[in-house]
Amino acid sequence: MNGGADLGGVMGFGPVVEEADEPNFHAEWEARVLGMVVALGACGQWTLDQSRFARENRPPPAYMMMSYYEIWLEAAITLMTERGMITATELEQGRALQAPIAIRRRLVAADVEAVLNAGGPVNRPEIGEPAFAPGDRIRTINLHPEGHTRLPRYARDKTGTVTKVHGFHVYPDDSVSGQERAEWLYQITFDARTLWGPKQSPRDIVTLDLWQPYLIANP
Amino acid sequence: MPHDHSDDHSHMSDIDARVRALESLLSEKGYIDSAAVDEIVQTYETQIGPQNGAHVVAKAWTDPVFRDWLAADATAAIHSLGYTSRQGEHMEAVFNDADTHHLVVCTLCSCYPWSVLGLPPVWYKSPPFRSRAVIDPRGVLAEFGLTLPDHVAVQVHDSTAEIRYLVIPQRPLGSEGMDEASLRRLVTRNAMIGTGLALSPEATS
Repeated sequence: MNGGADLGGVMGFGPVVEEADEPNFHAEWEARVLGMVVALGACGQWTLDQSRFARENRPPPAYMMMSYYEIWLEAAITLMTERGMITATELEQGRALQAPIAIRRRLVAADVEAVLNAGGPVNRPEIGEPAFAPGDRIRTINLHPEGHTRLPRYARDKTGTVTKVHGFHVYPDDSVSGQERAEWLYQITFDARTLWGPKQSPRDIVTLDLWQPYLIANP
Repeated sequence: MPHDHSDDHSHMSDIDARVRALESLLSEKGYIDSAAVDEIVQTYETQIGPQNGAHVVAKAWTDPVFRDWLAADATAAIHSLGYTSRQGEHMEAVFNDADTHHLVVCTLCSCYPWSVLGLPPVWYKSPPFRSRAVIDPRGVLAEFGLTLPDHVAVQVHDSTAEIRYLVIPQRPLGSEGMDEASLRRLVTRNAMIGTGLALSPEATS
């Protein structure tokens, strides 16, 4: 979707301000949100792409006004409410009023280290051959889906070069439905001037990691 | 954007109350274990952070075989050091040299190599960096005190998929005699994102 999260090239946010000796968390609730969201992943009730879309699929003014962990918090609440895991009334009262739904797994402390170390790889057994090889010229599609996509607006309908075949990875635009599907993933290199015009240095480039359905052979 | 104005205090205490209510509800319903939440937070506070990435970089500087492995298969090379955890499942290492400077961003959200750098700082997740790193990387770098000469090419990597990028900064002048353990102290988080350079040995002595 063309949402508030798709920020590449947007102007007016001012300088990047770095905080000296920044802590990981600026309040206890931020730490709890991080821990809860990671722990809730083990419940197996949503995919990575569903959780990302729940964060990004917010009215742009609301997205801009929230701090990062607020977005995580509200997205987790949305996902759990949609699935009947919790209700708004339960959250308001901070206590259970309905029976819990069945979950895949409840993460316990003893398993945290193993679960974090295992991670969640998204490469899948390859099907067929990649359509493109390093050196190929491509053009990105010009598409503005209302659903989830990982092709930013600034890189649509642009010509670039394949610089790497990363492998066969879960494809977000489809997997956001909950039904996982994978596609070939490439590193695509764009000249900064192609993306942003003649004021850019002719030496500068931007790479994006893009799935095959985003690409067409450059005529 | 960070909320750092005084009139946000009541907003923040509302959030604090909402998070407490949520944790209590989720525990009661059996979806989470608060001890596991503690353990996750502790892991990122004490075990997973930029010191992991600094190890990778210092080894790349001192061990040519490891450096070649990192260039060819960063995932396997980094995993061989034990840094396998989430947001590090698929890694790419990019190497700065005299003619090339790499910078990593995630314009769409906050993708970041947690396994080697820990949790991202607020600026990395915030609109000023996400919006400008791709259109004005040299301006962003200047705000970090890094003004690159025109002949140096800037290569920006927008982390749009699950590939996580780690910048291998140039080994600083004057560090020739240092061993891997001492070299790790020259490798800052920002140097591994690309918003800084490795420290000179004098700066840390």
